[in-house]
Amino acid sequence: MRATTADREQSATYTYLICLAAWAIPGAGHLLLGRLQKGLTFLVALVLMFLMGLWLEGRLFPIEVRQPLVALAALAEMGGGVAFFVARQAGAGGGRVVALTYEYGNAFLIVAGLMNMLVVLDAFDIAQGRK
Amino acid sequence: MRASHLGLMIVFALFVSVVFGTLMRDEPKEQLRFGGQLFTAFVVGGIALGWILYFFPL
Repeated sequence: MRATTADREQSATYTYLICLAAWAIPGAGHLLLGRLQKGLTFLVALVLMFLMGLWLEGRLFPIEVRQPLVALAALAEMGGGVAFFVARQAGAGGGRVVALTYEYGNAFLIVAGLMNMLVVLDAFDIAQGRK
Repeated sequence: MRASHLGLMIVFALFVSVVFGTLMRDEPKEQLRFGGQLFTAFVVGGIALGWILYFFPL
């Protein structure tokens, strides 16, 4: 009985670690679970999309409670993982509002983050043995 | 490099189709098929919507 409980706890910890890795680096969860093709595809596509958002002069939004839409955009972009924090720390993602591509850049950054959240959920399902 | 609205929409559609195709299907052949269908729907839908809005200027 004890062994079963320990196994379950170990399995839950493993699942959460997979999810953390999947969030931090797009595709890392799938790579750790042995889904190489999916993991590499997510890694390349989502990182490229994020970088392209920065290149298009999109903004890495701060969390501003007074502006709910800005806060939601920030949460969506944070779905992209460590890249969000690294880019902000490096001073990227200032966002030039008058740039022709500003809104496109925001769309790329936000959608890359949201899609990585879906990828994390997929990794969770795989780790749980549902897929 | 000059970025055009159509070009950026196509690149956006490509990224989204690649990720969703990979996410929703397991076999590479099915991923390619589903991703291709999504990409076509995005691009054709975007152009169609653009033309519809052309007749209803803001």
